[in-house]
Amino acid sequence: MDKNDDFLHDRINALVDGRLQPEDQAKAMAQLGGDAEALDTLRAWQAQRESLRALHRPLLDEAIPEPLLAAARRSQQGQQQVDQWWRWGGMAAAVTLAFGVGWLSNGQLSKTSAQLMAAGKAPQSFIHQASLAHAVYSPEVRHPVEVTAAQQEHLVQWLSKRVGKPLKVPVLAGQGYELVGGRLLPGEGGARAQFMFQNQAGLRLTLYLGSVDGGPAKTGSAGTTATPPAEKPNSQETAFRYSADGPVPSFYWVEQGFGYALSGPVSKDELMKLAQLVYQQL
Amino acid sequence: MNRLPMTDHIPSLRRYARSLTGDAWMADDLVQDTLERACSKWRLWAVGSDLRAWLFTLMHNVYVNQVRSAVRQSSAGIAVNVEDVEHELLAPEAGDAQAMDLQRCLLRLPEDQRVVLLLVSLEDLSYEEVAKITGVPVGTVMSRLSRARSRLRELLDNPATPALPAQAASPAANTVLRRMK
Repeated sequence: MDKNDDFLHDRINALVDGRLQPEDQAKAMAQLGGDAEALDTLRAWQAQRESLRALHRPLLDEAIPEPLLAAARRSQQGQQQVDQWWRWGGMAAAVTLAFGVGWLSNGQLSKTSAQLMAAGKAPQSFIHQASLAHAVYSPEVRHPVEVTAAQQEHLVQWLSKRVGKPLKVPVLAGQGYELVGGRLLPGEGGARAQFMFQNQAGLRLTLYLGSVDGGPAKTGSAGTTATPPAEKPNSQETAFRYSADGPVPSFYWVEQGFGYALSGPVSKDELMKLAQLVYQQL
Repeated sequence: MNRLPMTDHIPSLRRYARSLTGDAWMADDLVQDTLERACSKWRLWAVGSDLRAWLFTLMHNVYVNQVRSAVRQSSAGIAVNVEDVEHELLAPEAGDAQAMDLQRCLLRLPEDQRVVLLLVSLEDLSYEEVAKITGVPVGTVMSRLSRARSRLRELLDNPATPALPAQAASPAANTVLRRMK
């Protein structure tokens, strides 16, 4: 194909694909006018273009398979999320939220906040690992969990054994989230568990939990575990921490040497409400 | 500017993927992988930019990676089960013989030409957009487009060109190798 051919073919392409203004189109046609071979090519390429467009056209009207819709919804939620974050500005930095005055005034850190501080740099990496685990497993279509909700009893026994603490699966059905299942993950301080929930729109939340001070939960923070509270400590005393540093935002808290992070691509308010619900049930 | 929500782009992603791979299962897998990539990469998407172009770029990258790893696998000696692939190639769901023929000839184009031809013909993307999606200069897009159209015409006009492995013992094997170019 020489230079002239290239030029001619570019012309023909532009005509076939309708990329010329009407006046240029007339000019281009006039230029081809006497060239029977060029006109032949033009007609052949036009016919080819039409048959290519017709080839799988019925697919455009076909119902979209559900797994594709679910994947698109998850992506879309992520986008809306980042959109909002940019608008709010400065949300890339972790935000620390405090319920009650204890957290804010240095002198009166609540017990759980103190534990959180004592855990050193563990919290940040814990949140990060939780968020990462969410990002890795929540888009999974075929294997989002190792053990599904259908075997919930086995799931809970297995994960409890591995993380060294009897676990409970919080119920979020009232908020529209059903348990998908769970999996075991490696963490800095040992085994971590991840429970996954999903709502009807295919949006997924994950609850990531595990010991934050290296050993099993019962060996840490002896003061609080020695007398198991008959009632939940008031959530006013537990420091919930929000982080938007990872791939998805998370709320994080520590109780009795055990860290919990709830992650999902939802608004901060909604995530906080869900985190409190989870906290109340555990 | 394209402001449709992501789900509205799925039908055209599916059609493009189907034409590109010639196989319904592979095509939806490609779309699925693309959407999952979009999910993990949404931080890289500039808010307000053209979502369709971004999705087609992601799909192109996923596809190219798959083709490359398929080539690596086949050169590493991992056998492709010809019988498994054969019926998919020889009996696409497209229906009539003409469509089947068109799909088969399409699959025999070199992959980089097929990509350009389909993006331009099916999606009406501008040559500049196609250049961005495929990461090559506009001039290359233009020459690939011309070559693709000329070659496809030859293939359709002369079903018995030497490249057609009518005499070969395993026709599907040849076709598979061509697809991986």
